[in-house]
Order: sequence, then C-alpha cells, then structure tokens
Amino acid sequence: MKRRQFNQALAAAGIAAGLAPFGIVRAQSQKLKVGVLLPRSGVQALIGQSCQKGADLAPAVIRQVLGVDIELMNADTESNADTARTRAERLIQEGAHVLVGAFDSGHTAAIAQVAEQRGIPHIINVAAAPQITEQGYKFVFRNFPTAIDLTRNGLALMGEIFRTTNTVPRSAVFMHVNDTFGQAMAKGVGAMLPHLDFLPFKVLDTIAYDPAAKDLTVEVSKAKATNADFLMLVCRLNDAIILRREMAKQRWNPMGIISPGSPGLYEEQYTKALGPLAEYAICNTVWFNPKSEMTKTVGAAFRQQNPKDMLDFHGTNVGYTFDAIMIAADAFRRARTTDPKALADAIRQTDIPVSRRMSLGGPIRFNPKGQVEGNLSAAIQNLKGRPTVTLPAEYAEAKVVFPSPGYKKT
Amino acid sequence: MNRRAQTLLALLALALLVLPAFASNYVMSVATLILFFAFTGQAWNVMMGFAGQLSLGHSLYVGVGAYTAAGLFFHYGLGPWAGLWLAILLCVLLGAAIGFLAFRFGISGVYFALLTIAFAEFTRIGFDHIDWLGGPGGLFIKVAQRDQIDLLNFRGPPAMYYYAMLALAAGALALCAWLLRSRAGYYWQAIREDEEAAQALGINTFRWKMLAVILSAAMTAVSGVFFAFYYNNLFPEQIFHISRSIEIILGPIIGGIGTLFGPILGAAVLTLLADGITELMSAFGIEIPGVKQVFYGIVLLVVIMFLPNGIWPTLARRLGIARQR
Amino acid sequence: MPLDLVTNVLIAGVLTGLVYGLMALGLSVIFGVVRVVNFAHGEMMTIAMYAAVLLFAQWQLDPFLAILPVAAVFFVLGYLLQVWMINPFITRPEYSQFMLLVAVAIIMVNALLMVFGPSARNVQVEYQLESFALGPILFDKARVYSGAAAVAVSALLFAFFKFSRSGKAIRACADNYLGAKVVGLDVKHLYGLTFGLGSACVAVAGCLMVLLVDVTPLLGPGYTLLAFVIVIVGGLGSMGGALLGGVLIGVSEAMAGLFITPSAKSMVSFALLILVLLFRPQGLLGRRT
Repeated sequence: MKRRQFNQALAAAGIAAGLAPFGIVRAQSQKLKVGVLLPRSGVQALIGQSCQKGADLAPAVIRQVLGVDIELMNADTESNADTARTRAERLIQEGAHVLVGAFDSGHTAAIAQVAEQRGIPHIINVAAAPQITEQGYKFVFRNFPTAIDLTRNGLALMGEIFRTTNTVPRSAVFMHVNDTFGQAMAKGVGAMLPHLDFLPFKVLDTIAYDPAAKDLTVEVSKAKATNADFLMLVCRLNDAIILRREMAKQRWNPMGIISPGSPGLYEEQYTKALGPLAEYAICNTVWFNPKSEMTKTVGAAFRQQNPKDMLDFHGTNVGYTFDAIMIAADAFRRARTTDPKALADAIRQTDIPVSRRMSLGGPIRFNPKGQVEGNLSAAIQNLKGRPTVTLPAEYAEAKVVFPSPGYKKT
Repeated sequence: MNRRAQTLLALLALALLVLPAFASNYVMSVATLILFFAFTGQAWNVMMGFAGQLSLGHSLYVGVGAYTAAGLFFHYGLGPWAGLWLAILLCVLLGAAIGFLAFRFGISGVYFALLTIAFAEFTRIGFDHIDWLGGPGGLFIKVAQRDQIDLLNFRGPPAMYYYAMLALAAGALALCAWLLRSRAGYYWQAIREDEEAAQALGINTFRWKMLAVILSAAMTAVSGVFFAFYYNNLFPEQIFHISRSIEIILGPIIGGIGTLFGPILGAAVLTLLADGITELMSAFGIEIPGVKQVFYGIVLLVVIMFLPNGIWPTLARRLGIARQR
Repeated sequence: MPLDLVTNVLIAGVLTGLVYGLMALGLSVIFGVVRVVNFAHGEMMTIAMYAAVLLFAQWQLDPFLAILPVAAVFFVLGYLLQVWMINPFITRPEYSQFMLLVAVAIIMVNALLMVFGPSARNVQVEYQLESFALGPILFDKARVYSGAAAVAVSALLFAFFKFSRSGKAIRACADNYLGAKVVGLDVKHLYGLTFGLGSACVAVAGCLMVLLVDVTPLLGPGYTLLAFVIVIVGGLGSMGGALLGGVLIGVSEAMAGLFITPSAKSMVSFALLILVLLFRPQGLLGRRT
C-alpha cells in the first residue's frame, strides 16, 4: 500500500468511526432489549465466554416459558473498566432497556454508575463486592451473594461436611489468592471463623499468594510444613491447577481440599488438566439447582447449543446469567412496558419461585438495597470427573467423601 | 502559528465547547475518555517528547494520584480540591526521587524505561498490601447521587466531567505551548537531540531533565485524581498495570511525539478507532473475541511502520498549517 | 524454619530459575547484538508453548522431543521477522521500536485467543508429577530435566558464539557495527541470524515451560516482564548473565516467599532490579558500553 492510499484508508476508517456514535436510535418495539455486558476477551475471557452461553440461550427459553420476546444486545467489556463504561453508554443509546453484567466487580461498579445516572435498570449476574449494593442505587439489582454471604454459606457447609462424615479435623492451613475476590473472602473467613463453634479447627497459617504466580513451590512447601489436617483454599483456576500439581510433586496428601467459596476447583479445565488428581476436591460455592424445573429446560437448550460442553462445568455462570435475564423478562411481562422507571419498579416487586430460577437459592426477591438475600451455596465435590452436588442434603446427587481416600494419617 | 492554524484551532475549541448541547451520553463518555487520554498523553509527552526521557511506567503517577485523593475522601471526607495538592506533591516527590536516582547514576535510554516499569510494578504489588486503601479488594468511594453540580466534591452530571477534562486538556496544551517557546523548551530539545553536546554547551542537563520529570509527574497526578472521582472505584491491579502505561503512551506516539497536537490527535484517533472497529464488527455480525484487538494491533503496526513521526506532522502539512517542530 | 524446607525451596528456585534464564537468554542475545528490546518476548514463548501442546495432542510427542521442530520453525520465523519487519527500525528511536513490538505482541495475544479460546491447555506426561527423593529433600523430575536442558542449550549457544564463523561474525557486529560493515559482513543477514537464534532459545524455553505451567493466550505479558527483570539483573546482552539472573530471581523469589510473604515475592524481584540498575546498571555480568 502506498502512503497516499494508506492515508485515504485511514481517513475512511476515521469517518466510519466518527459517524458510528451518531447512529439513530431505532423506533420503540414490542421487544425488551437487554444489553449484555461480559468480558469475552482480555484476562477474564474464560468466564465471560462461559456466562455468554447462558445469555445466548435465554431469548428462546424465555419465549417458551414466559411468552415474552426479548432481544439481546451483546457487548464485550474486554476486561477493561473504560470499555465497560463506554459500552454501557453505547448500549443505552442503541436503545437497551435493561443492562445485565458484568462478572468483574470493578467493571460492574462502572456500569452500575452509568445505569443509575441514565435511569436504566442494571441487573448484576455475577459480582461479589459488597460495596456495589451499598451505594443507595435505585436502578441497580443483584441476584448474587456478596462475598460476606458467600463466606458465611461456605463455612456453614464446611461444618455440615464434618458432621455428615463424622470427622473432626483439628487444624487447617488457609491459602488464598491475593486479588479482589480472594481478599474479600479471606477477610470474611478471618472475621467469622473464630466465632463459629461448629468449626473447632485451628488455622495454623494463612498464606496469601500472587494471582499471577506461575510457580507455587514455596507456597505449597510452606503449607505442607504446617502439617495441617486439611487445606482451606480460595483460588482461581490456573493457580489451583499449579497448586494441586505441586502438592503431588511434594507428596503432600492432607485430608482434603475444601474451598469456602471460590471458582477453580470445579471447573472443566481443572479436571481436564489434573485427571485423577482433581478428584475429591470440595468447593462450597454458588451453584445451579440440579433439581429445579428451570435447570432442565435451560439444560436442554444448553446441550443443543453447545453439544461439546458439559452443563456441570458452566452451570453456575449460565444459571446466574440466565436468571438475570429472566428477572428482566419477568419484570417486562408484568410492567407491560419498556419504560425504564416502570421496569425498575417491576423488578423491585420481583418474586420468582424456586422452580422458575436456575441458580440455587430461595425465591428471588430484592431487599430495599436491590440485593437478593436467599442465595445458597452447595458443597460441590469432584467425583468421577464430574462436579457433583453433595450438600445440602435436599439437593445432593451423591454422598460427600471426606477425608479423601489417599489420606494417610502422619 | 499561521492564520489558518488559528482559525482551525478556534473552530475546534468552539466545537468542543458546544458538544454537550448536541451529543448523546455515549458520545460524551467517549469524548471524556479521549480528553482524559489527550491530557495524560500530553503529560507524558513533556517527559519523552520534549526532554527525551522514555517513561514506560506512567501508570505509577495516575495510580498514586488517584489513591491519594480517593483515600483522603474515603477516610476523612476531604474533597478532591484538597486531595489534589497532596496528590501532586506526592507524585512530584516520587518523580523527583526516580529522576534523581536515574540521572545521578547515569541511567538512560532503555535502562531508564525499564527502571520506570520496575517502580510502577513495585508500587502495584505494594498497594496490594496496603489494607488502609482496600488492598486488592479495591477502594470504593461513595457515589453520591446528584443531578446538580457540586464542584466542591466534584460530583455532578457527565457534562461537568467533560468540561473539567476539556479545561485540563486545554490548560495542558497552553502550558506545553508556552514551555516549548520558553528557555526550557529549547534546552529540552537540545538534550533530546544530543545530551552530550547539550552538556558541552553548558546546559545543566540534570536540572532540566528533572524539571521535565517533575512537571510530567505533577500533571499525571491531576489526571489520576480525575480518574478516581470519575470512576469512584480503584484497584491496584487495574490502575497501576503496565497495560495502563502503554495505553497512555500510544496516543502521543501515534499522534506525533514531541508535537503539541500529537497527543490530542493520537488519543482521538485511537479511541475512535477502538470504538469504530467494535461498531464495524457488530455491523458485520462478527462476534469472535479477540478480532477487534488484532485489527487494532495491525493499525498500530501500519502507522508506526509508515508514519514513523506520527500522524500529526503529515496531517499538519496537508492542512497547510506551518509545521510545528 | 526447618532446614529441609529451606533446602527444598532453594532447589526448586534454582531449577525454575534456569528455565527462566533460558527464556531471558533469547532476549539478551537479541539485545546484545541487534540493540532492540523485544517487547513481544513472552508472547513468542506462549506461541511456542502452544506449538508444543499441539504436537503433544496430535502425536503424543514429548515436549523434550518437540524442542527440535519448534526451535527450527522459530528460528526461521525469527529470521524473517527481523529481516522484514524489525530491520528498518534498528536506527529508529527506542519508543518507535517499543511501539512496533507492542503492536506485534497485541496481535499475537489476541490471535491466540481467537484460535485457541481462553481456556488453558497442557501436556500430560508421566514424569510430570513425580519427584526424586533424597531423604527429606525432593527433586521435582520435570524441573530437573528442564533445568538440565536449559543448561545444555545455553552451552550450545555459547559454543556457537565462541567457535563458529557466523558466531564470531555476529560478535564482531555487536562490538562494532560500522567496522563490521566496512569489513564487508552482511549485517542484515547476521542480525536475522541473531534474532532467529534468540527466537529458537525462547522456543526451547516454551517447550520446557509447558511441563511446569498450563498455557493460556494471556500468559505472554507476564513473561515478557519477567524476562526483562532477569536480563537487567544479569546484564542486558550478557549470555552468562541471563542464566545467573534467572537463578538469582528464582532463588530470591523463593526465599522472599518463605521469609516475607508469598504474595509480595515478585515485589522483591522488582526491588532487586531497581538496586541493580542503580548500582550496577550494566547488570551483574554485563560490560559497560
């Protein structure tokens, strides 16, 4: 390309880019337009794309279940707060009536501000930072537990595990990833654990590690040296894999790994990468309800759209994202208008029964802060290569195994 | 600056001043982002474009500035106007310390660039361990809902942030124009072209380089304070990250390093390019994650290969504006 | 602190450091001769890791055997990259080179994301999870083999520069660019050769690295940064320095993890980097230019 041609091309691109923002807002339609903001590229691409699967199948399922037409407007936040913010503005200008997103707490907070300013309802699918629903927002709603609720549920399930298996671990070593989520969880654990009589074990050491760490030799050596009965772990995915391998190399076999609530252990890649080593890890975390009607319906749609994927590995992301869109559609059905204010009022009145939601928890009802309180966690254990619900008993698909069979008392 | 240039500048200023009356909220948010990067790029340009000191760690000053003002607001309810001065002071001290160490120990070129990265990364991990500022959990400052403008606490509608950023960008432009014509500007140019020769001419290169670093740090601190009160939440992982530093410097390099309008043009081109590609992708129904960034990278590559001095010098010639340095 | 714990951690630090060192060696060789800092270094290694993973998935090729084909391909690609794209930039200012390679890095990361998606890939070989035991001291097999391979490859490269004709010519280029041109050396070709060798180094490092970590498209930038830290500490342009720097960073991070706090261990590397820059800017084994 000659320089002149190049300059012309550049000018043409400039014009296209310059005109794009002034796109004319389309005429109001009978459909509810849902703007879905997820990190489909950048560092959080993995989870963003997993959540997107839940959004993609939502319109068809919701038409079938509620008889309501919705149209998705997808936007990629690129794992970047600036982009999240401008994309949210763009979706609103393009005529989105409701926003759904956006997994990362920082990006979600940026989108929430835009939504509040414009008076467009924002339903959060996944984001645990408690601060987001503490700002006095009128248009921001969250059907996901805060880090505090997540920890409380996770520790309660831990007690349940020990009770059902009749085990009494005396000590634990607590390892957690030192990022936004890991630190919030660690704070919760640190604050609650001493007051919980049903968890009598002692935490011998707390080891925080770098989320970008590519080598966890020291961390595992330190943990092993404490000689703790079990490992309490708050992790992400890649570090969890490195950590589990390192445990094998260092021949450390504690009673088990229990997470009070984090991603990582139940994910597809964990099982794929580790094979038999992935077995018996337990994660007490938000999950989808394996016994709900909605899970069956969504599950069927999921298998049709993603024949290569297993629902178990995407269920939580799919479930919470689907439910967020479901909340919007349900409000639209009752409000019979796309007027944002009326939609927000309708969302506030939401009362979706357990059979109509996919994620695990009680009926979806928002408190005055716009937060759903009754969301539950489940103890998910990797059994035969599949993340399986083992507790609470009413949703259990199998019995919890603890200590893991490889455990030898030292 | 010739007649034509003055007319064009006046028209641009007018257009920017009346923009909020016509533009949608989306355009406003993009425009605010462009001005933010234009201002920050201008700040970086003082150090690199004028004085020839390559900093790849400018996120350090954005972050320290943002955290200082936000921390004071969060803990003591001190508004940004008080925090601003402390933020500037801290960043000036930090910049002075880095500059002093580097220039006294004779570190230049690539080594200086890597030193700036090291300080930014060091600080990022350091902030992960400051509980008082939220650590990796982030610092959330209260988003008070106000439709009217509250300048004291820097709260208000998007137009207020836009005008604030516009004022900052215009102020930086004026400051840089003045600097370039002042003694400092000529000394910097001499240092940038050939430091040893400049020294031989009796220029105290250490002093003038320090001035560039300090000015640049102070200006970047201001953009950090703006960032804190525009976004209202801060995470070390995001604000100190090296990708932030790269974002800051792409604009001036693409626009035209060492020029007055390069940083502004570069910020506009890159932001519009990013959003333009996204729009084009969605118009063609392409939804493969990563495609956008690949195109973005290719455009960067082409510009740097065929327009080594950036877009502005070429554009200025085309527009018939006397070429500015 | 129990002694066996310290010893275990120390050994792991040394072995991992050797692989890091090999990765950084590529960067160092390129800078030492071509005087261009390769800001796409980690991204190149990520591509090599994907290559090793693909070869394993397709033909069950052990990553140690994948070294040969992957390194050969990388050598050619590196040569072409230098001759076609980077060569016009060697006389341009540093920020211009930086921009070029940052653009290349952005394209690499996102092309990988497009092709392979965001999930991690890995290889599974028997020895990956095993370790030799010497009393209470454990030697991780994958690390021992990788460390040994890293030393061997470095030795080969060292011998090439020391004894072969091309190697000597390249060194002449590095010492005196103008002189080399005057004598009639084909500098463009020699630079291409150097960049090819640097790329081959990073390819080998990538093949070894898949045994230690799973590869994702976004692994690159972190390793680029790590490579910088290592070569600056060891001496930018010095071959022995890169290996020493790798081991030093590996060990100091391990010790910082043990005695301070693991989440701050890379802070120690950056502190080390700053100290070295200030007190010995040419690096521990570098020569002053």
